Amino acid sequence: MSIEIDHVNKHFRDFVAVDNVSLTFNEGELTALLGPSGSGKTTLLRIIAGLEQPDTGRIRFHGEDTTDKHVSQRGVGFVFQHYALFKHMTVFQNVAYGLTVRPRQSRPSKADINAKVMHLLELVQLDWTAHRYPHQLSGGQRQRIALARALAVEPKVLLLDEPFGALDAKVRAELRRWLRRLHDDIHVTSVFVTHDQEEALEVSDRVVVMNKGRVEQDGSPEQVYDTPANPFVYRFLGNVNLFHARLHDGVARIGDIQLPAPEFHGYHNERGEAYVRPHEIEVLATRQHDDALHSQIELVSVIGPTVRLELRTNNTETLVHAELSKHHFHSLGLKQGSDAWIRPTHSRIFLPDERVANG
Amino acid sequence: MSTSLTATPPQDISSTRWRRATEEPAWIRLTLITLALTFVTLFLVLPLTVVLYGAFERGIGVWWAAVQDPDALSAIRLTLLIVAIVVPLNTVFGIAAAWAIAKFEFRGKPVLISLIDMPFAISPVVVGLIFVILFGSQGWLGPWLAAHDLRIIFAVPGIVIVIAFGTLPFIARELIPLMQQQGKEEEEASLTLGANGWKTFWYVTLPNIKWGLIYGVILCNARAMGEFGAVAVVSGRIRGETNTMPLHIEVLYNEYMFTAAFAVSSLLTGLALVTIIIKSMVEWQEERRQRIAAT
Repeated sequence: MSIEIDHVNKHFRDFVAVDNVSLTFNEGELTALLGPSGSGKTTLLRIIAGLEQPDTGRIRFHGEDTTDKHVSQRGVGFVFQHYALFKHMTVFQNVAYGLTVRPRQSRPSKADINAKVMHLLELVQLDWTAHRYPHQLSGGQRQRIALARALAVEPKVLLLDEPFGALDAKVRAELRRWLRRLHDDIHVTSVFVTHDQEEALEVSDRVVVMNKGRVEQDGSPEQVYDTPANPFVYRFLGNVNLFHARLHDGVARIGDIQLPAPEFHGYHNERGEAYVRPHEIEVLATRQHDDALHSQIELVSVIGPTVRLELRTNNTETLVHAELSKHHFHSLGLKQGSDAWIRPTHSRIFLPDERVANG
Repeated sequence: MSTSLTATPPQDISSTRWRRATEEPAWIRLTLITLALTFVTLFLVLPLTVVLYGAFERGIGVWWAAVQDPDALSAIRLTLLIVAIVVPLNTVFGIAAAWAIAKFEFRGKPVLISLIDMPFAISPVVVGLIFVILFGSQGWLGPWLAAHDLRIIFAVPGIVIVIAFGTLPFIARELIPLMQQQGKEEEEASLTLGANGWKTFWYVTLPNIKWGLIYGVILCNARAMGEFGAVAVVSGRIRGETNTMPLHIEVLYNEYMFTAAFAVSSLLTGLALVTIIIKSMVEWQEERRQRIAAT
């Protein structure tokens, strides 16, 4: 079941939560809505579910207009950040809820409900908790039960609102891989909201980056990470260094460094900003190329197998962050306080006014 | 607590006295416990004993006669009738008001919350007077009511109105913070699972507010039975007609019929105790159910 969002707007008093968003979520795809808090991603998800009414615009499920359909009639599965399990019911009763509240004529028999609930509990690997209460389970277990409960009604679309937001790092990582595998098995159209870029990149087929109620970029995880559409996406998806550059005839200059910038052909001595990811900065112990910037290592931090450096140069106001493998770093023979030469291997250039560069 | 007391050996001759880091010194604990027990005895147990003693002082026969008196029976019937009307009314109002305040955003919400508190702030006598001014024969609506042959003041409707007014905050006040704290996620989850509004209320909201609701109903019930000031003003104190139990007790007391007064008092107290016992039993049952399910 595909979901079509057609020019949807939503505001709360003076705050514009969703600003004229149009998007299509394809059948069977797992899409991440990624953005900082207040970017409108949760509001958009709740509008799809029918928990919020849009001010203007339409929502269509597989071509059928559902904008005015009540949430209970939409056939969506919704998973909440804080699980929202029914505290006074056992795990079994929670998962069975969507089936037991059906009107008598469409309600499955007791035996069918029983079989289905146990099947779902096996699917989330928690069949042994059937007669426990939610408060007796860990956070990760509760969220899996919440997912089983949402799947029990065979939803046409599955919506997850920061499903792993309340869990600790290790459980998060496990659960998101598990969700990916589960999605590969059941293939229901799914949208999940997150502010964690790593989570979005790892789990989803497609990433929609949102900011201030608008869609900033929409593409595969690789696309949005490797070719961010604008400085916001660049900054939001991981760390990035900003260099001031001069644009001249398809070439960007940062100090002595010249980088090709073919998209800026015909520009004459224009100011630009070059965005470079930490791992796209080459660190050298000696000046092997003419086009390298002199710097001094201010801080070395070793995080497992990688080394992060903070370097001071004359060309940037802030410290430059570089990332390299521990092995490589040791082979350079550098340490805190040493002089080093740095060189961007890849960059993307935007004009200072970010809107102009993106047309 | 007693275990920790004995854990300190009394013959400990070492100069440093051992005690757990999380515990207060013994003398503080003893003082606090003594204070609490003294209060409970003086202000709860003693009056209760006095009421029961006074009621049965001259034997059960006298008690029974006092309770069987036609005026007493009428007062008991009236009190129970009022409770049967007022408590359900305020239960519905309390749930509706708490639901609106906790789950929705609207203009004038703080005003509504303050208004709900108002009956607590106004003296019951003033409440009685307000309704006399409103519905009395000299009051604003008096002539119209008289023309339509409707009696409110010095009749049962007036008593119901003032008691409903006086006990209005109990259930709402109990439920508002509870429902606000619970938020609306569980209800939203229920709706996404296909339940309609009524089923969501019945299966999700109500079980979640059950304890607060029971507590509110008990308080409301106790106050409805015991309300004196406002009823004294609007009832006209017609014996055998508009006297509730508290009013009847006062009449007996004023006429120096102390044993009869205590007998009816003991009945009123007994009714209150029954509600508390019912609550404890429900609580105990629920706990047992949870414990069995947990194992």
